[in-house]
Amino acid sequence: MQNRQFIVSHAPFWHNGSKISSRSYNTVIAAIPALLLGFFHYGSPVVGVLALSISSAMIWELIMNLITRRPLTIGDGNAALTGTVFAMLLPATSPWWLVITGTFFAVVIGKQIFGGIGSNAFNPVVVAVAILMVSWKDFFDFNEALLNYDFEFIAAYPLAELKHFGTSAITSFDTVDLLMGKQTGGMGATFGLGIIIGGIYLIIRGIIRWEIPVSFLAGVFITALLFNISDPLKYANPVFHICTGYTLIGAFFLATEDSSSPVNFVPMLACGAFAGVMTVLIRNIGIYVDGVIYSILIMNLICPIIDKIRPKALGKVV
Amino acid sequence: MIKKSFIGMAKPQLLCEALESVLPEPEKISISARATFLLKMPHGQSVGKSSFSFEEGDKVITGQKLALAAKSNEYIVSSVTGKISSIKPFEGNFGQMYTAISIETAQKEEKDKGFKQTVKNVTLENINKYLLNSPGCSSLGILSDSAKPINTIIISGMDKDLLVTTNQYILKSDINAVKKGIKILKEISGVGKILVAVPPHLMDEASVLNVRVKTVGLDYPAAFPELFMKNVLGTVLPAEKSCEDAGVCFLSCESVACLGNAFEKGEIPVEKTFTFIKKDGSNVLVSAKIGTPLVDIFRELGVSLRDKDRIIIGGPMTGFAVYSEDYPVMPDTDAVMVQDSADVSYASDYPCINCGECIRICPADVPVNMLVRLLEAELYDEAAEQYDLHSCIECGLCSYVCTARIPIFQYIRLAKHELACTRSGENHSAEEKNAK
Ligand code: SF4
Ligand code: SF4
Repeated sequence: MQNRQFIVSHAPFWHNGSKISSRSYNTVIAAIPALLLGFFHYGSPVVGVLALSISSAMIWELIMNLITRRPLTIGDGNAALTGTVFAMLLPATSPWWLVITGTFFAVVIGKQIFGGIGSNAFNPVVVAVAILMVSWKDFFDFNEALLNYDFEFIAAYPLAELKHFGTSAITSFDTVDLLMGKQTGGMGATFGLGIIIGGIYLIIRGIIRWEIPVSFLAGVFITALLFNISDPLKYANPVFHICTGYTLIGAFFLATEDSSSPVNFVPMLACGAFAGVMTVLIRNIGIYVDGVIYSILIMNLICPIIDKIRPKALGKVV
Repeated sequence: MIKKSFIGMAKPQLLCEALESVLPEPEKISISARATFLLKMPHGQSVGKSSFSFEEGDKVITGQKLALAAKSNEYIVSSVTGKISSIKPFEGNFGQMYTAISIETAQKEEKDKGFKQTVKNVTLENINKYLLNSPGCSSLGILSDSAKPINTIIISGMDKDLLVTTNQYILKSDINAVKKGIKILKEISGVGKILVAVPPHLMDEASVLNVRVKTVGLDYPAAFPELFMKNVLGTVLPAEKSCEDAGVCFLSCESVACLGNAFEKGEIPVEKTFTFIKKDGSNVLVSAKIGTPLVDIFRELGVSLRDKDRIIIGGPMTGFAVYSEDYPVMPDTDAVMVQDSADVSYASDYPCINCGECIRICPADVPVNMLVRLLEAELYDEAAEQYDLHSCIECGLCSYVCTARIPIFQYIRLAKHELACTRSGENHSAEEKNAK
């Protein structure tokens, strides 16, 4: 009898075929519509920043793999994804060193020192942007950063206008225009419709969960609405809040990051809504122009505790 | 293999196979030149040659019992007539030791009369003495366990795993034997409540059995005892308690049919029916003597295996792989599956990325994403206390969907095994580790 070697491994012997890399690359695909419009508005710098962001994120990941002597993980696409989402939040005019420093904060400080993929308590991209915003806030002042551009739409950052001049300054912004990306902001963060399409794609593919974006947007909407009712002159209407700043990209691409978001049904709703409420509170009462970044950080912080709310396991007697 | 669909938002639904209404004729495997039987060894006891009541070269006839000389309730029943050619130790799953007894079959078959002579008295004791090694029958022993009084017997016409139709086939093809088996159970077990559980399309067949019939959906894993108890009987078993602890005993249709046949014909049944799942996922029913080496079955079915293929005893979700095609058909082999090397899925060494797929699919609401972190760190006690290890019903779905391809199911089984060992005081995990 021939001696054949059979594979012995453990049940189950089937797998549904999902893998980390396809999750990452599908998320990158979902980002394409929003980035395309950025390219249309700002031209080649978008390509430059995006390419630099993706490649530097991957190189940081590689370096960390080598330093920590772990298996190489750049093949899982997570670093590329981090680079993509990070670039979407940046102004197209970001200098090269800002991009590279940013991806360093995202990949190394945000993810790798926690132990790599799955171990990060905070969304790496959000961590990076938060650090950069504190350190070099001028680059995230979109009015200043995009000064040299000539747009065929209002070239003022809507949220800054609101903060400094109240609702009278934003009457010229039309909702449809905002959704179609006719506003300034991060190079992949302004095309609301494109982000929503990407987000819906991710939800349908089962890569992100609808509970988080929907509750996040509901949190923004309801809180903004209450403010708006209390003082329409001072506080913008809820639709404006949803269509501007990082709200949509935050809902679909930032708050949904796997490792730093909850997995159970009620906690997903609770955390999403919490981040939404915080966003508007920071925008309306706080000193910052946009509150998405900080509210997601705070959400990441409380999510492990909230995620303890879960259905009782089968046969568990408490 | 069922893959995730493009629309990954919905929970995947895995349906068990329904046996079509035209009854397939099982492929009958002819008697092999050699049959092998695995006799379970008591834990932690060294067994020398002298412990057996038989030795190499002894003549054995069909239906003859082979057991240890010392007091042990384990025995095997030879399905062939021939000569014992070898007696070797064999290690099974989780360090369970067996003795592999190989018998070279002779031309002429002789039948053992021992059982026939006792047939007049149908008692639990005789069942324990002769039938526990018959197809599907190992659970019959529970009925005479005085520590766990049984008040309900559920006869299952369902098959636990995907693609397997063995029990459905028995129910359809041998309903009279099932009927007789139920009658015997009623007489000897003293259990008042007997139910039959079948998938919806077998309702009509089951209705002639004169017992209450419950239907269970084909969606995996509805046929698991814990879920059946919860969804159909409305009793939730406390985690860590078995159905028997709650007085409920699950018997397969096959074992009940076996009981009927044995006392009807005065012979210990030695033919095992099982589902054979081919590389392309199609399945056929096969009938072979217990002890037939798999290689003979492959040959008769025209299945060719190559290097790096996989042989699985049981179904795709809960079976176990074996490394040799000499592995025999056992009394509890409900399915044999072969898998092409191209379809073999490998586990990765990634950590959990917290995607939540496992949470959404787990039928027992186990917080798998947290559990797996503790299991990877071998914190079994904490895992059981904080993250509901014992609520797991071992369906394997979490591993099936895991994005990071963590062998979660294996971690869970290992953890339960380790905890059981520590609890029963025989901590041989250390030895196992050294052996690896
Ligand atoms: S095997 Fe996994 S999915 Fe199935 S019950 Fe156990 S933990 Fe849940
Ligand atoms: S499916 Fe796997 S990777 Fe996803 S949460 Fe569960 S254990 Fe973690």
